[in-house]
Amino acid sequence: MKAAFTIAGLVVLATLPWWLDNPYILHVLIVTGIFIIAAISLNLLLGYAGQLSLGHVAFFGIGAYASSLVSLGFDISLLTLKPKPVWMAMLAGIAAAGLCGWLIGRIAFKVRGAYFVIVSISFVEVVRLVAVNWVELTQGPMALNNIPPLSLLGISFLKKPSNYWLVLTVAVISYVLVKRLVQSKAGRAMVALAENEPLARSVGVDVTRTLVLATVVSAAMAGAAGALYAHYIRIVDPDVFLFIYTVTMVIMVVTGGKGTLAGPIIGGLIFGLLPEGLRAFSIKPEIQWIIYGVLMLAVVYFLPAGIVPALKRRLRWLS
Amino acid sequence: MDQFLQHLLNALMLGGTYALLGIGLTLIFGIMRVVNFTHGELYAFGAYMMYALVMRTGVNFFVALVLAIALGALLGAALEFVLLRRLRGADIDTTMLVMIGAWIALQNTEQLVWTGVAKSIDNPFPAAPLVIGAVSVGWNRVFVFVVALLLIGITYFLIQKTKLGKAMRATFQDRDTAALMGVQIGSIHTATFALGSALAAAAGALLGPVFVAYPSMGDMAAAKAFAIVILGGLGSIPGATLGGFILALAEELGAGYISSGYRDAMSFLLIIAILVFKPTGLFAQKERIG
Amino acid sequence: MALLAVNNLSVRFGGLLAIESLSLEVREGEVLSLIGPNGAGKTTAFNAISGYLRPTGGEVFFKDKNIVGRNTNDIAALGLVRTFQKTSVFPNRSALENILIGLHLTSKQSPFAIMLALPSVARDERLLAAEAERILDFVNLQNKKDELAGALPYGEQRLLEVAIALAAKPKLLLLDEPVSGMNPSETASFMAKLAEIRALGITILLVEHDMKMVMGVSDRVVCLSQGRIIANGTPAEIQSNPEVIRAYLGERHKRVVS
Repeated sequence: MKAAFTIAGLVVLATLPWWLDNPYILHVLIVTGIFIIAAISLNLLLGYAGQLSLGHVAFFGIGAYASSLVSLGFDISLLTLKPKPVWMAMLAGIAAAGLCGWLIGRIAFKVRGAYFVIVSISFVEVVRLVAVNWVELTQGPMALNNIPPLSLLGISFLKKPSNYWLVLTVAVISYVLVKRLVQSKAGRAMVALAENEPLARSVGVDVTRTLVLATVVSAAMAGAAGALYAHYIRIVDPDVFLFIYTVTMVIMVVTGGKGTLAGPIIGGLIFGLLPEGLRAFSIKPEIQWIIYGVLMLAVVYFLPAGIVPALKRRLRWLS
Repeated sequence: MDQFLQHLLNALMLGGTYALLGIGLTLIFGIMRVVNFTHGELYAFGAYMMYALVMRTGVNFFVALVLAIALGALLGAALEFVLLRRLRGADIDTTMLVMIGAWIALQNTEQLVWTGVAKSIDNPFPAAPLVIGAVSVGWNRVFVFVVALLLIGITYFLIQKTKLGKAMRATFQDRDTAALMGVQIGSIHTATFALGSALAAAAGALLGPVFVAYPSMGDMAAAKAFAIVILGGLGSIPGATLGGFILALAEELGAGYISSGYRDAMSFLLIIAILVFKPTGLFAQKERIG
Repeated sequence: MALLAVNNLSVRFGGLLAIESLSLEVREGEVLSLIGPNGAGKTTAFNAISGYLRPTGGEVFFKDKNIVGRNTNDIAALGLVRTFQKTSVFPNRSALENILIGLHLTSKQSPFAIMLALPSVARDERLLAAEAERILDFVNLQNKKDELAGALPYGEQRLLEVAIALAAKPKLLLLDEPVSGMNPSETASFMAKLAEIRALGITILLVEHDMKMVMGVSDRVVCLSQGRIIANGTPAEIQSNPEVIRAYLGERHKRVVS
């Protein structure tokens, strides 16, 4: 039953570009998909390992910048790099984000709770200020322009439908990876730490190892989302590090249901499509953000566990 | 040498307001265990109230300052009453999410009401600076510094000498015991949030006329407040006071001798460095809970 | 042979000396109970031995290795596992998942194998599930395996907690007041369970206030008061030791006064 739904859903999603002949909606879906990948990655850290990381967009941005720079090449006093094929650049973006995740995981988990949150915010701000000020490498606020689109095995990912399929594929892979992790030893250790750290340690769970693993996987996945974004939009500026993007990811995860596999997808669809819906009523961006803020409050007050757990309860109650 | 002295003087003048910001935030965290993401918005609120009162309504500058602080306290009390009261006992992540939601809503309301254009606020001080030997400082800065010191003094007095302060300190030490002893935790929380917010609004009302008021001004202020509080140890008022001056100095020297582009990075770098190397803050004695 | 040897262990909190040069040995296969009035330092000693707290001084040898300063999880991997005074389970997970978490050290899965879904992972998961069922069986919670741990009645949560610890395959099990809050019949059945655990070859160090239980299950008893050992002997010797009686009476006396 559940498998049938999943397959039907995937078939609908995979064939969408053929029967939906609207480039604008396709564009919205691609961007939403990219954010869903980021939300899936954040869910591993926030929902399963229980660490409220408010610096998650840093990994997204690092993935975007690293991938763009490798594909464009750069020439700074320290190092010169010739442009590389985009697929290689994207892998470099994923690796760079994963590496930063490893680094942050090693140092940031010395502190927890409120401190971890503040460290994660600070990290992102420092990275953003570097992106603004290191003009030689990043062009600063002038942005990296003309980022080449991916082209692989003779297929160019310049058009929207091919980008859509690419994003869908990466999203499915991310989902499957997270699913495998959380249904195994590694994911159980993460959940154990989130629910009862002293008890988890008493049965041999290594705190640092577990959290670093969660951060590296999560960061690499966010980096992949960033790389997809960079080669789709084809321009990257320091604004990718804006706090509001982290907040968007957090809202997606929390609304959908942290610690559930479907949560980030449901939350991502809602908050990915909502701004478009609001724009259709020509609502000012400020009001749109106010609605975001108020929705966030409403979710915490009325749906603290998120939509997916609430729906599951309702279904169980019906049967 | 003269340049160094000038940096030192600038840092001193700025440090007072930073201390106000830090004390407000640390009070709220220490007593309520709430990471207050709206702190920067209260700062912006203070500045915009000055703009509204002085530039739009023509209220006397000094009267406007007092009013702005009072309105800040009122807004803080309202935020606590509406948003946080029902969340008491909720885990820290939940309250953080709520405060982030409130922050976004407040900031965009400001943007909506005042537009994105920066507003400057006239001040009644002479334009010619006060010159002491080789260094100089604007009169408006001196005024800001003196008022900040005054407010810090009043806050210390409030906390050390009054009944309200005693109840706040008791709640800080041990909430449950304080409740058993008859402290009305609800009112203490409202009062704490109002006081913390008033201090943030005061900082904004003081610095708004020195610089300009703009909608996202709260973000940097909040970041600085966090840095100051972490520097001094979460929950420590003397730590926050000193932390304010240290951050101001670090920024002045960073901007003066490294690069002005990284001026605002100083607070974040300090946060990371402190948390990595000395997570209890520079002056904390109490073991941290967070 | 001593499985655990504690030498001159001291713990200081600020100016307060919680434990003062505590020395004791737990021999392989025995049940040793640590008793003493509230605040005597029993839980502090547990925390220091199991790596939750760094002692101010002294040594702790487990299987002849000094484990002071090691991480709790490394100590657990050596075979020293503890339970907690307050009920401690993973509340939002089913009883079965609780045990699966407890089997962390048994499980052999590398992150890469997991992400690539290698067959070895599925095989390991099947083995773990079977093992978890067996452990739930052992504590008679097999019919509760799908219930959330936090929703179980108190007595069953305490049993589950012991089962989680057992899943970690301890050589030495530190139990911190396992029957506190249980009713007499639950306590009696727990005592029987303890005998079965012992029969598995697991050595037990017990902190307990229930004297009937202590006297019923222990081979030896150590009595702590104000951070120091005041008596050490068989249950019968301890029961008649005047120092022990004074420590307990003194405490009760104090309570009456305050």
